[in-house]
Amino acid sequence: MLQIAFFSVLNGLVYGMLLFMLSSGLTLIFGMMGVLNFAHAGFYMLGAYVAYTMGLYIGFWPALLVAPVLVGVAGALVERHGLRRVHRFGHVAELVFTFGVALLIEEVVALVWGRPAKTYEVPALLDFPLFRVFGSSFPAYKGFMLLVAVAIFLFIFAILSRTRAGLIIQASLTHPGMVAMLGHNVPRVFMVVFGIGSALAGLAGVIAGPVLGTFPGMAQVLGSIVFVVVVIGGLGSLTGAFVASLLIGIVQTFAVALDVSVGNVLMALGVPASASVALHDIWKVTIAQVAPIMPYLLLVLVLMIRPTGLFGTRET
Amino acid sequence: MSTPTPAAARPLAVDQVSRSGGLRVFGLWVGVALLLVVLPFVIRTPVAVPIMNQMGIAIVFALSYNMLLGQGGMLSFGHAVYFGVGGFIAAHALNLAAGRGVYLPVPLVPLAGGLGGLVFAMIFGAFSTIRSGTVFAMISLGVGELMAASSLIFDRFFGGEEGITTNRAKAPLLFGLTFTKDREVYYLIAFWVVVTAAAMYAFSRTPIGRIANAVRDNPERAEFVGYSPRWVRYVSFCAAGLFAGIAGGLFAVNYEILTAENMGLNASGAVLLMTYIGGIGYFLGPIMGAVVFTFLQSMLSDYTGIWLLYLGILFLATVLFVPAGLAGLLMLHAPAWRAGRLPRLIGPYLLVAVFGVVAAVGVVGAFEMTHFLASAESTRATKRLFGVAVAPRTPAPWLAFIAFTAVGALGLRWAAPRATAAVAEANRPGPS
Amino acid sequence: MRAIELQDVHKAFGPTLIIRGVSLTIEAGTRQALIGPNGAGKSTLFNLITGKYPVSSGRIRLKGEEVTGRRPNEINRLGLSRSFQVTNIFPQLSVFENLRCSVLWALGYRYSFWHRVNRARDVQERTETVLEQLNLTARRHVPAGVLSYAEQRALEIGITIAGGADVILLDEPTSGMSRSETEHVVQLIREVTAGKTLLMVEHDMGVVFDLADRIAVLVYGEVIAHDTPERIRANAAVQEAYLGVPQGTV
Repeated sequence: MLQIAFFSVLNGLVYGMLLFMLSSGLTLIFGMMGVLNFAHAGFYMLGAYVAYTMGLYIGFWPALLVAPVLVGVAGALVERHGLRRVHRFGHVAELVFTFGVALLIEEVVALVWGRPAKTYEVPALLDFPLFRVFGSSFPAYKGFMLLVAVAIFLFIFAILSRTRAGLIIQASLTHPGMVAMLGHNVPRVFMVVFGIGSALAGLAGVIAGPVLGTFPGMAQVLGSIVFVVVVIGGLGSLTGAFVASLLIGIVQTFAVALDVSVGNVLMALGVPASASVALHDIWKVTIAQVAPIMPYLLLVLVLMIRPTGLFGTRET
Repeated sequence: MSTPTPAAARPLAVDQVSRSGGLRVFGLWVGVALLLVVLPFVIRTPVAVPIMNQMGIAIVFALSYNMLLGQGGMLSFGHAVYFGVGGFIAAHALNLAAGRGVYLPVPLVPLAGGLGGLVFAMIFGAFSTIRSGTVFAMISLGVGELMAASSLIFDRFFGGEEGITTNRAKAPLLFGLTFTKDREVYYLIAFWVVVTAAAMYAFSRTPIGRIANAVRDNPERAEFVGYSPRWVRYVSFCAAGLFAGIAGGLFAVNYEILTAENMGLNASGAVLLMTYIGGIGYFLGPIMGAVVFTFLQSMLSDYTGIWLLYLGILFLATVLFVPAGLAGLLMLHAPAWRAGRLPRLIGPYLLVAVFGVVAAVGVVGAFEMTHFLASAESTRATKRLFGVAVAPRTPAPWLAFIAFTAVGALGLRWAAPRATAAVAEANRPGPS
Repeated sequence: MRAIELQDVHKAFGPTLIIRGVSLTIEAGTRQALIGPNGAGKSTLFNLITGKYPVSSGRIRLKGEEVTGRRPNEINRLGLSRSFQVTNIFPQLSVFENLRCSVLWALGYRYSFWHRVNRARDVQERTETVLEQLNLTARRHVPAGVLSYAEQRALEIGITIAGGADVILLDEPTSGMSRSETEHVVQLIREVTAGKTLLMVEHDMGVVFDLADRIAVLVYGEVIAHDTPERIRANAAVQEAYLGVPQGTV
């Protein structure tokens, strides 16, 4: 039991930090431009695939540095030539556009790399157990993932709060008009933020590819969860994204590890066993089976009760 | 307040349409109905009827979706939930009719689907429609994923991985009509298409239908003239769920199987694509979009494995360059048509078409060769493209297709602005 | 009868108190103006009366009925309608449709999906009447978003009065207009508010003295005077608020 708890917390942390890498870019983009970028997870996928291919020729470590940059450039181009055009048609059109980009990225990836999953390997340097506890080992690569994610968090935090560029970005988050009046090229700020957000997503892909699998469906799998994280944490709030990422990461990891049925939980909460007849389908299902639904249940609940999310101040 | 919409995106004023004469509109409906009756006899290829059935279902689904998007300004990523649930309920109802002697003949099965869609829309709509915009879109996404994930838990209703199957041959008969053949199902679907389209059209002409447009444009002002935007959205949502459920019921009758896929994000994405491509600002838009999308989906998938990529490109092109969709593109020419100046546009459009085809050949060729190289059939050396055998592993075809693309793109760059100017000129009010 | 009654109304946004204890009574059938320097809280007061913002404390009554804390659509259904300082119309709908939307609830059609709106005689007639009053009959099919500014302001007023409300609040109806446009709008306002209660926020003193029976002066969230135009003109406190110098000093 303690083993499960310990590793669930650890794995949950890793997963949560990965979610944060993805959701931080998304929430920044939303906070600044008001558009929920459906294609964000697509850039995550691109990062994984580009790094995989580059890794075949130049190795994992150079790819780790170059692939996110390429993805970031791709993101900036999408903003410059696509999103900017659609911006004047309103928020609905922007959402629809990013949905189309997401679809396109998925199809292009399937086109160029094929549909079967790629064997994107953990680099040999990190392919060893970091430590052994309670009879199970924790792979060094996951420790590396955690390290990178924390470094990214500190990096974003430092840039936003300590540099001039960060100040401008923060100001553009709430008062883009005023920032423009002060002489800053706000469209360029948007493009840069979009590019950096996409690069972050790409970096998440480079790192997560070996662990979560590299296949054309990887964007869809993670994409929805990232939206849930961003909305629950609060649109435009980095703190919210951080808290929600860890929350969902740990809760989901825990849930998957629990081989307990919903009925058991309900009985522990005092619901009589006779209710099992009425709720038969739900009763015998395990928490692990319910785990995939939980983020969405949480999403719907939060949106009903507090549409601005836990830490957010804006709704749309 | 928002900026004025570009000319291409402005729909006709409602009373402008009614001024063309109620009789003429009625005649139009009768004409459409007659056309549908005659169609299977005109197009005799064996695959025609199954594809037309698919189109019919898509038309009803897309029209219901546009009640939310075009009429109500609500972007939903989970509309397929009501389509799917309607389908499942219809399938179960049909099974009950066959087994337990419940009197539900096949023609009425879609109503069971509609009821299912309506009930679920009333339940989920209660919290989905509190707000519009991004929050609504996110809730719809959440509900959609929730239902898709729940389908594995409630496997008695959803049939688990295999889904639910049904058999329309075993249902009780109405007026002795059987529905064993595709053509018989076609007439049933055509009937329901006309009925539901007429109903949805009529809905848009009712007070709630008109106010839905107002709430879409400016929910705050709508509140200040006495309406609750939330209630208006809720009614629209329930109506859209009803018709989506009917579409699902037609699906159940036609294909005799429903799976969780029919409720999922892919199905919701497909209806968004087809409605947007057709044009969300016009009643005819979703109909056109459904027809074109289904046609491309069926025809293209015979020739290429990457048809979804092409549809995605078409979709993005629509969003970027023709946001009013196909219907909007057609309506753009209305003033020119009325003034009789359409023939002037043949020349400029022909140029655009030629260069467009050249560019398309290049792009499609490059994509198809990439697909060939990346997929399992790469043991072969040549691929048949546009009737010619090309060898994708040699540089020659690549250079050729790149040349095609370049020539086509440059030509379009030259020809497209001329065409746009010609259209503006032809639309100009005043003497020729 | 008292059309609008405010009783010790306060409104704070966060720590900032904008409306500081306003008690105001508007008699039915009068045309009254609410004036005051920028930032006094005039639009905020409008938003409180019409239900857009909830009050922090105090009570508001419309035609004797308590409306404190009610939603805008409920207040509108009781017979109060307002226009907006920044034009707030339905841009994609035609002029005719814009007006028709504000007529539907008032004529009892509500959320009906069993009436055909084009066949509803009463709706069509009422909309046509307002359309003519606004002098926009020739533009009836034009999408409201492409009208000229003055036409949009006229439509704005049209939407406000089309429903037949008997208490009308107009927020700076002539802002941004030329001399002749202002004259037209004043004439329009006089026409459409005949026999009704009007309260308008205005900066154009010519319009104010032309139309208003009484004037209320709002300064820093308090009503410092509420009287006939002549007495307001002579009021020392009002002069100080506008000119910063009490009359008589150098």
